[in-house]
Amino acid sequence: MDGSFLTLDDGLQRKVVEILALQAMREPSGLTPEMTLEGLGIDSLGMAEVIFAVEEAFDVQVPFNANDPQAAALDLSSVGSVCTAVARLVRDQRG
Amino acid sequence: MGSERGGARRVAITGAGTVNALALDVAGTMAALAEGRVAIGPLHFDEVERLSVRIGGQIHIWDAEARFSRQELSLYDRVVQFAIEAAQQAVTQAGLDLSEAEAMRAGVVLGTGGGGYNTVDDSYRALHAQGRNRVHPFTIPRLMHNAAAAHLSMRHGLKGPSFTVSTACASSNHAMGLALQMVRSGASDVVLTGGAEATLCFGGLKAWEGLRVMSPDGCRPFCASRNGMVQGEGATVFVFEDWDRATARGAEILAEVAGAAMSSDAGDIVLPDPDGAARAMRGALADGGLNADDIGYINAHGTATAANDRSEAQAIRSVFDTPPPVSSTKSMHGHLLGAAGAVELLAVISALRDGVIPPTAGWREADPAVLGLDVVPNESRRALVDAALSNAFAFGGMNACLALRRA
Repeated sequence: MDGSFLTLDDGLQRKVVEILALQAMREPSGLTPEMTLEGLGIDSLGMAEVIFAVEEAFDVQVPFNANDPQAAALDLSSVGSVCTAVARLVRDQRG
Repeated sequence: MGSERGGARRVAITGAGTVNALALDVAGTMAALAEGRVAIGPLHFDEVERLSVRIGGQIHIWDAEARFSRQELSLYDRVVQFAIEAAQQAVTQAGLDLSEAEAMRAGVVLGTGGGGYNTVDDSYRALHAQGRNRVHPFTIPRLMHNAAAAHLSMRHGLKGPSFTVSTACASSNHAMGLALQMVRSGASDVVLTGGAEATLCFGGLKAWEGLRVMSPDGCRPFCASRNGMVQGEGATVFVFEDWDRATARGAEILAEVAGAAMSSDAGDIVLPDPDGAARAMRGALADGGLNADDIGYINAHGTATAANDRSEAQAIRSVFDTPPPVSSTKSMHGHLLGAAGAVELLAVISALRDGVIPPTAGWREADPAVLGLDVVPNESRRALVDAALSNAFAFGGMNACLALRRA
């Protein structure tokens, strides 16, 4: 699988954006990395659904607690930061 | 004191029974609450290793085979077993001796959030995971939400109105509020009421995991280090009785159920609104003929989720200029969901009858979001409490608050 990281991340980003767009009820093409989830109208229940979708899509565990969102040291505030966080989780958890 | 307030009948609690992670009776539970003992620990059941949260207030010593016959067990989900034991204790303490006419109007109003959850879990596992083609023939009478209420009515010959109330985490407070109204109105002289819950199983907790609101390491309400709720299980049942009937027969009265109120946030399905909570508390005070400064203790809903603790603190601050001590005993027995208000009413009775306010256990550090409330951290407190409130605020924005008075 050497050399596959870049393409993996491209596909990964596309998938993450799709998940967020679905939750925000927008077209994936309308999302930019700077957009915040709050700005997209993704509330705490929406966040739970996003995390569920990410875990299902990438077979990873997202260590997120709604009572203490900062605890996991994962920045899930914007489209770009969610992509980065998911890429990190995939690398860490799949070795 | 006169037997009537404003023409309505008064309501006495003349019996109590419980099984929960702290103890399998009222005396043991009261003692544990007074000690601030925490009964939350590792969970034990099938497939627990597949959960990310593996702690709870589980009842570990429960020999169902020793308590019930084989025939009974084929009909009793774990939640029904808990309810039967709690009710038996309550009825024994009350020493009820109902006339035939009274029995015709006596009933059961029980709360439960999940009903026969273990039966559902076991049946689905058999069908879906194990590929079996049939489940036990009594699966439906075991899992139905009204099973526990039905078995209490059958066991104790209560032939009046019996039903189950299911409003998630406020179920038993809604149930007890309705029981108060039934006795007060004269519809019944005696009602068994409270709640029962047994959702600590793989499917039950897996569903909760998705909401990301459960703590992996403990329930610390109103503490800056809080990180979520911890579930518990068990049942608590009370005998609510017409005050005059109770006094005429010389029954010991544990406390008076003075008032109750229910409100709906009509807002979000999971996020609480302080306004709905405040309206329930004000309503319970008004219904009980009480002023805010009569209240010497509030048993909080206190789930140790960030959303609840913040909202509840705001609500209490808006109702009380000088809030009384507030504690959440969920820190000790866990969150019993549909039985939460019932087991927590024991903490209220402890305050009123014994002058012991149970603490908020597990507390470590002050949290600005709690707005300076006195949350009785870690050690119970002696106090003369004349009246108290007990809060329950459910998913769905459904709130129920009870007001009790010292007998």
